[in-house]
Amino acid sequence: MSGPRHYPEPYRGGAAALAHVRDAIVPALVEAFGDGVEPMETPFDQPQVRVAPDKLEPVARWLKERGFNMLVDVGGVDYLPRTPRFEVVYHLLALPQLWRLRLRVPVEEAQPEVPTVSHLWPAADPAEREVWDLFGIRFAGHPNLTRILMPDDWVGHPLRQDYPLQGPRAGLPAHAADRNRYHAPKLPGHPPGTTGLPGGAKGGK
Amino acid sequence: MSTNNQFFLTSVEKFVRWAQKSSMWPLTFGLACCAIEMMQLVSPRYDMAQFGGEVFRSTPRQADLMIVSGRLSNKMVPVIKQVYSQMPDPKWVVAMGACASSGGIFDNYAIVQGVDEVLPVDIYVPGCPPSPDAVVYAVLQLHDAILKGQAHGGVMRA
Repeated sequence: MSGPRHYPEPYRGGAAALAHVRDAIVPALVEAFGDGVEPMETPFDQPQVRVAPDKLEPVARWLKERGFNMLVDVGGVDYLPRTPRFEVVYHLLALPQLWRLRLRVPVEEAQPEVPTVSHLWPAADPAEREVWDLFGIRFAGHPNLTRILMPDDWVGHPLRQDYPLQGPRAGLPAHAADRNRYHAPKLPGHPPGTTGLPGGAKGGK
Repeated sequence: MSTNNQFFLTSVEKFVRWAQKSSMWPLTFGLACCAIEMMQLVSPRYDMAQFGGEVFRSTPRQADLMIVSGRLSNKMVPVIKQVYSQMPDPKWVVAMGACASSGGIFDNYAIVQGVDEVLPVDIYVPGCPPSPDAVVYAVLQLHDAILKGQAHGGVMRA
């Protein structure tokens, strides 16, 4: 009953699709945008280009019109000692051709802002909120640029390299028993701790 | 108040403690991988029903034992406080696993370093994750503590 699945065309994904992106699409992109787009070396087969922040919106529109109909993810990178300090990385995929392309947009620390692409790919909406939440990079034109992972009243952007790992607790006493923990009121005649059970002695004061 | 009455009152309290410990209704507060182990408690292999605690409730209003299984994030703190306050007295809290007890390996900005920073914890269960029989043992220890009057379940007493 079930046999090998027959595709209407030979499978052209993988290396062949990436070679097409590298040899045909990226040169056309460079020709269309000139200095705004710069092909980059990559240790893997997936082609990547560096895009100037002011060219991101037209480049994204150009790519979407030519088949890149899916935005896989938007990520942020913090290269702290370097200038420009940040990078926003876009992973694009064309279905059904299986073309893949990575866009890397350098972002200055003084004005961490890039244009949004959420009007082109709705999938960018939550992904850009995540980059804003964790890296503090603004996306101009985003319809609802609010925190998505951290609490709404959180201060700071935790995935920045200069953010202390322990967050607001950094600088507090390291040992749990030295911090101001909640403990049930002491009961007269009972051993210290919440209940007098083994765990209660851990932080009991 | 006569001596007989005094004796009678003490017996009622013992009876109430026995009733409380004999039928604990746990709340499913599974936060992470420890919850997978917690689910084993009611499976036939470990069978917490033999200790009177098989009825895991999804609503805090019908539960009196909160098993916090997993790491508690800062964003979750208002939720766990509200859920705990919705549980009727008396109520007990078991911190299951390293993360719920002390933050575990997650010594970072996102994770509360032990649920005892926000809730009064009665029993800590070590392990990453603890085996289900460790949790059963902790619940039995809690039973003993309730019988002896050491764990009052959040009820203030003079």
